[in-house]
Amino acid sequence: MADQQVILQATGLSKRYRIGSRPKSELSGKARWLNFITQPVQRFKKIRRLSNFDDKVSEHDVIWALKDVSFDVRRGEMLGIMGANGAGKSTLLKILSRIITPTSGEFRYQGTMSSLLEVGTGFNGELTGRENVYLNGSILGMQRSKIDKIFDEIVDFSGVERFIDTPVKRYSSGMTVRLAFSVAAHLDPDILLLDEVLSVGDAEFSQKSMQKMESVVKNGRTVVLVSHSTSTVARLCDRALFIAGGSIAASGSVEQITGLYLGNTVHTRATKIWQTALAPCAEGLVRLLSVRIVNAEREPLEIVDIRQRFGVEICFEILQPGRTVLPEFQLVNAAGNVLFTSIENRTAWGHTPREPGLYTSTGWLEGNTVNEGRYSVNTSLSSLAPRNCYLTENEALYFQVIDPLEGNSARSDYGLVPPGCVSPRLHWT
Amino acid sequence: MKKLTVINAKSSQLSMASFRELWDAREMLMLWIWRDIKVRYAQSALGVAWSLFPMLSQVLIYTVVFGKLVRIDSDGAPYALFALTGVVPWLFFSQALNAVSSSVYGAGSFLQKIYFPRLILPIAALFDKFFDFLISFSLLMILLAFSSASFNINVLFLPFLILIMMIAVLGFGMLAAAVAVHFRDVLHIMGYVTMALMYASPVVYPVSLVPAEYRYFYGLNPMVGVIEGFRSALLATRPMPWDLVAISAAVAFCSLVLGVIYFKAAEAKFADVG
Repeated sequence: MADQQVILQATGLSKRYRIGSRPKSELSGKARWLNFITQPVQRFKKIRRLSNFDDKVSEHDVIWALKDVSFDVRRGEMLGIMGANGAGKSTLLKILSRIITPTSGEFRYQGTMSSLLEVGTGFNGELTGRENVYLNGSILGMQRSKIDKIFDEIVDFSGVERFIDTPVKRYSSGMTVRLAFSVAAHLDPDILLLDEVLSVGDAEFSQKSMQKMESVVKNGRTVVLVSHSTSTVARLCDRALFIAGGSIAASGSVEQITGLYLGNTVHTRATKIWQTALAPCAEGLVRLLSVRIVNAEREPLEIVDIRQRFGVEICFEILQPGRTVLPEFQLVNAAGNVLFTSIENRTAWGHTPREPGLYTSTGWLEGNTVNEGRYSVNTSLSSLAPRNCYLTENEALYFQVIDPLEGNSARSDYGLVPPGCVSPRLHWT
Repeated sequence: MKKLTVINAKSSQLSMASFRELWDAREMLMLWIWRDIKVRYAQSALGVAWSLFPMLSQVLIYTVVFGKLVRIDSDGAPYALFALTGVVPWLFFSQALNAVSSSVYGAGSFLQKIYFPRLILPIAALFDKFFDFLISFSLLMILLAFSSASFNINVLFLPFLILIMMIAVLGFGMLAAAVAVHFRDVLHIMGYVTMALMYASPVVYPVSLVPAEYRYFYGLNPMVGVIEGFRSALLATRPMPWDLVAISAAVAFCSLVLGVIYFKAAEAKFADVG
């Protein structure tokens, strides 16, 4: 567990960029010919300006991607960094990774630090799995002798033993990612910086990598994780920072920050309909068409009254005959906890192969089940025997459950939101 | 207590730490060079034999055009061998210079994904091409051995000449590579520069054709001393031109110092503007 020693300390980190500016208005006649000659000079100046700044005058096309960010990470702690797109969290991670240099400020750390902004950096299709493990490992900062020692472990974990001497270009994309993740998972620095690379591979492997990450943290590694996924942060991190507009807007417990994150960045959109071309599709077998929150009359809902019966409606298409396919969903609250998983349970579909066509399944929740708050839905299409997950779409949609305080809910006259994931209205005697 | 590292705006500046860091990354450098070579010749039937193709084709063309038609003086050696001793070092110089120049730009998104000592990029590009050079150099030695060439004591200086050539490539290449990140123009122009430089080097003609009063000015091109040195060592047509070799060594060394300083100064901005 985290002791009191600060292992990574950032002080006033800032990063300045110049954004592109519109060229001056259209020219005509003589000016255009003149422009033809002067343009190279202007371009030269423009390119130079990209990385040269004048501190004395305030320039209109300068943005601070990061402004005065300071924080401490203690040994053995797992810190999550959250924020909307463009908030500056990737810039922060890049600075900590030393990929870019801070404009001002500094950070100091003890021991070794490695960063993973993607898996498989430097992987080359012409090289075999074995060669890529060595190359990628050395790029990530592992010593050759160390890779020799853990090579079998890496290959075991990836599950591609049979193909380890085959060029990676003949791998499926899933196999490549698994091998790449395995190398990364066996990194052993004092501090590890991660950028949303946890969500790689198929559902089974993703589970395995999550467990690996948890064991890494339990072994006292210090980790800084940048993520969009509130559930990942909630599951792995002790503490989180919320970044907005290049500065730390809030820092605190994971529950506080993940709640803030969902509240700040996600507008309720309780209906998700995919365009056919973009729909999640599993190898020509099944395709997810839409997921909606609906009321008893099957009308779409954005906001659910806590007392109201509502359904999660999953619409999907079977493209090839002869498969049993069951839709399922998970309900995830703002803190990232999975409240439950529900699988289509009409016995007819459990063993009956489906014909190609459109299908709709709706899972119904009685009123007064879940507590007030914001929820997201993870949707999967799978089969049970054998257990096989065709596709998973996480955080497919968001919706809000509110209590209008008109009675008939679990809290009766209690003024605040009662703590708890669920809020069933019990029968008291 | 584990090592404390402090990173701020000045961390990428040139210091002893830059070289220590490079030394620590030597395993990555070796693998990186090996990868470049392996990938380049993967899935080609002739494999590394392709590295000989440019050399042989150029020697053939020069021998026909300049040896047979124009009848350029070759200091008494057979023209084909004369051209070969010039083409082998020259091809390394021009190919490696282009490779080093585009090494940082060519690394592309790799720069955005992970930190490593950026000096690895030009060095890896240099040794990638050096591998080709070793192959064509071996062929050169074999051909010379069969042609009753007059190897002499100057052969011992060949490693020194090769070193000068590599240093010059690295120095000038790093300057170009650092500028090319900001201004792609450098890459556009590089091919023309090397083509022009070829005629400013004694590849197809001997140095003796250059008027004596321009000799030292001409010698500022570091390949002049190197190629003349090669010929002196392998064909014994002339004594070792120590004055030209000294100028080459000085120019190469200066270019390396400048190259490293400029590269390190520009390095911090590679990922920003690259």
